[in-house]
Amino acid sequence: MRARSVVTGIGVVAPNGADLEDYWAATLSGRSGIAPMTRPAASSYPLRLAGEVPAFAAEDHVPGRIAVQTDRWTHLGLAASAMALADADADPAAFPEYDMAVVTASSSGGTEFGQREIQKLWSRGPRSVGAYQSIAWFYAASTGQTSIRYGMRGPCRVLATEQTGGIEALAEARRILRGGARLVLAGGTDASLCPYGIVAQFTNGQISRATVPEQAYLPFDRRADGYVPGEGGAMMVLEDLDEARRRGVTDVYGEIVGYGATFDPPPDSRRPPNLRRAIQVAFDDAGLTAGDIDVVFADAHGTPSADRLEAETLVSLFGERSVPVTAPKTMTGRLYAGGAALDVATALLSLRDQTIPPTVGIHRPAFASALDLVVDQARPATLRTALVVARGHGGFNAALIVRLILD
Amino acid sequence: MSPRRAVITGIGVMAPGGTGREAFWDLVTSGKTATRTISLFDPTGFRSRVAAECDFDAAALGLTPREIRRMDRAAQLAVVSAREAVSDSGLEPERLNPHRVGVALGSAVGCTMRLEQEYVVLSDHGRHWDVDHAYAVPHLYDYMVPSTLAREVAWACGAEGPVALISTGCTSGMDAVGHGARIIEEGAADVVVAGATDAPISPISVACFDAIKATSPNNDDPEHASRPFDLNRDGFVLGEGAAAFVLEPEDEARRRGAHIYAAITGYATRSNAFHMTGLKPDGREMAEAIGHALHEAQASAEDVHYINAHGSGTKQNDRHETAAFKRSLGDRAREIPVSSIKSMVGHSLGSIGAIELAACALVINRGVVPPTANLHTPDPECDLDYVPLTARECRVAGVLSVASGFGGFQSAMILQELGAVRG
Repeated sequence: MRARSVVTGIGVVAPNGADLEDYWAATLSGRSGIAPMTRPAASSYPLRLAGEVPAFAAEDHVPGRIAVQTDRWTHLGLAASAMALADADADPAAFPEYDMAVVTASSSGGTEFGQREIQKLWSRGPRSVGAYQSIAWFYAASTGQTSIRYGMRGPCRVLATEQTGGIEALAEARRILRGGARLVLAGGTDASLCPYGIVAQFTNGQISRATVPEQAYLPFDRRADGYVPGEGGAMMVLEDLDEARRRGVTDVYGEIVGYGATFDPPPDSRRPPNLRRAIQVAFDDAGLTAGDIDVVFADAHGTPSADRLEAETLVSLFGERSVPVTAPKTMTGRLYAGGAALDVATALLSLRDQTIPPTVGIHRPAFASALDLVVDQARPATLRTALVVARGHGGFNAALIVRLILD
Repeated sequence: MSPRRAVITGIGVMAPGGTGREAFWDLVTSGKTATRTISLFDPTGFRSRVAAECDFDAAALGLTPREIRRMDRAAQLAVVSAREAVSDSGLEPERLNPHRVGVALGSAVGCTMRLEQEYVVLSDHGRHWDVDHAYAVPHLYDYMVPSTLAREVAWACGAEGPVALISTGCTSGMDAVGHGARIIEEGAADVVVAGATDAPISPISVACFDAIKATSPNNDDPEHASRPFDLNRDGFVLGEGAAAFVLEPEDEARRRGAHIYAAITGYATRSNAFHMTGLKPDGREMAEAIGHALHEAQASAEDVHYINAHGSGTKQNDRHETAAFKRSLGDRAREIPVSSIKSMVGHSLGSIGAIELAACALVINRGVVPPTANLHTPDPECDLDYVPLTARECRVAGVLSVASGFGGFQSAMILQELGAVRG
């Protein structure tokens, strides 16, 4: 029988929470992690705000020997992975080595580490580049280090599709479980809030120039003018449902039941965008219809045209105001490879506690007649199935459906 | 027969030594090498100053001035090879349903060449940590996210199905083709353009391999610097390039009467969970990947008629994989011709796995096995038949190709001619 991929553990490192329950409490209460940027000094840049993970010290989470050979993005990933395994009560030593795998998404690799080494090269010459540049900067660093740390020798992967990466990683994890693996650690993190990373992000023309944290990232609001970047993300432990129960797991967050991915035509094309089709493919994969979805975690880009497209897409699938929609990422900023992974984690917590976390800061809703946006306060609801939507820079669309296991 | 088994119906290659698939095939069967002193930048002061470079004229190959301005070299190489693959497949892009076309592209280091060039400007030669945004080019974010490479191929091929960039270091190319084959098998697309690209011959990439002495310092004899399995090998020679395949389900390809190079019958990947760059001499995890790939193909060691080695030319790699072949294939390993085309086209990191698979598909098609160039003095610890110096004619119905990468990734793939496929 085909494996049923369930999430048995979640690890979160987010701008508004240093671990899973801290993050969830902040998210339910509407506490945002978006604040004036401290690293680097915000005054140098047109971008003033960011979702930084505060007070994250690599030495608290990563052995010193590993910390020096890895970028902050990998530190955050290793921390989230350790928390996910602990949350799943899974001891890697108890699993066969080839039956465990690691799948991470990376949007931009070890940007800060890379900047430091390129600076050394150009200011002091080629012999000043350190031995760890070759293993810290490239996109596979987090998966490689995580597999080494836990002795996971199964089919490991790295996907780079910008903000849809977290969904791609979880879909790949499901594929690996169906191929016979027993435990897959999957998700994504990102951390590119160094000077070069910030300047590069700013060139995409989609970053908010706002200076007041509460008014900076306002998707589906009339004042929307871009998003705020953040860092962090989530890692999850995925197992086959029967295998998980066999080892004594009683608390399963939920099952990944549907996945769809599409790509948009080029901008000069007259062909329509494909976000709707990604969601439809996920419905078909799950054997569900729009009527089965109890809550939507939106991509919520925060630029007016992208918001309108998403709102219209949701209305075309669900009808007007017929499903609650939320964007708790208004409290973290967009986390790129970590973003959709954190949204899936948040959706699973939402199912667990039968509560929809809010979208914050929305005072002038732009699509009030179309979207039932959950604003300001968490909303209790009867929830079994959640849809997570993501879009990645360049044209990536992805949808993932998670569902409670009801016996 | 498995109706949705992925088959290769088109091949495009942009490798050092010549433009296009046929020039590539001519080079790798000639035993001549495309390694030379680095010309893409001034390598004075670097430990390793040799590389295998593409003589690549983007404009002559049909890229527009806007595309050339927008795209990193890795994207340009990828788009050119993807277009060649689609053309070779005989598919008419305008008649395809874009929703059923996917892309699976591999790259180890993304758009690092442009990222470095722009950094030099923004930091004023590394003088300023707080780089100046006023000098940033509009496409800088596109270079920061390697997914841009997959975007460019998707745009070039009209793909609106599943599109992904796979980045598992130096196994990226094989893993992307494996990923593409899965997408075909699962039915999420009817055509997948799968392949890989990398263009790492820039100061930061050369310096980072200098720092760990992974690349050859044989600067006085660049044409003979890449020496896989030779006793005097002293590291890999950096390369660049791209390769792309058109993958289709077997039944669809047969229905339209496409020329089928080979079927992808087995693919597996394992991690050594040992060291980011180090390899244990026993080849255990690579052997495990090979065993699983054979199992998936319902094939045995007897069905493997040629092995395309990772053969990077580092001391540890060549012993590691020799051990892996013996461990997975037993005595049969001594009977199978093994070769490394990295001896001729260098090691282009994430893309080489796809370039090598292109060679493998052509080996099946044409009955010629490329040699391992520069193999004059066998290493007693590497004691298989590495096809030294000259190509060999022989009928090949099944090929094993392997890849090994930083991060501990070990991948293996089986390609077979259709008549040899079981199950």
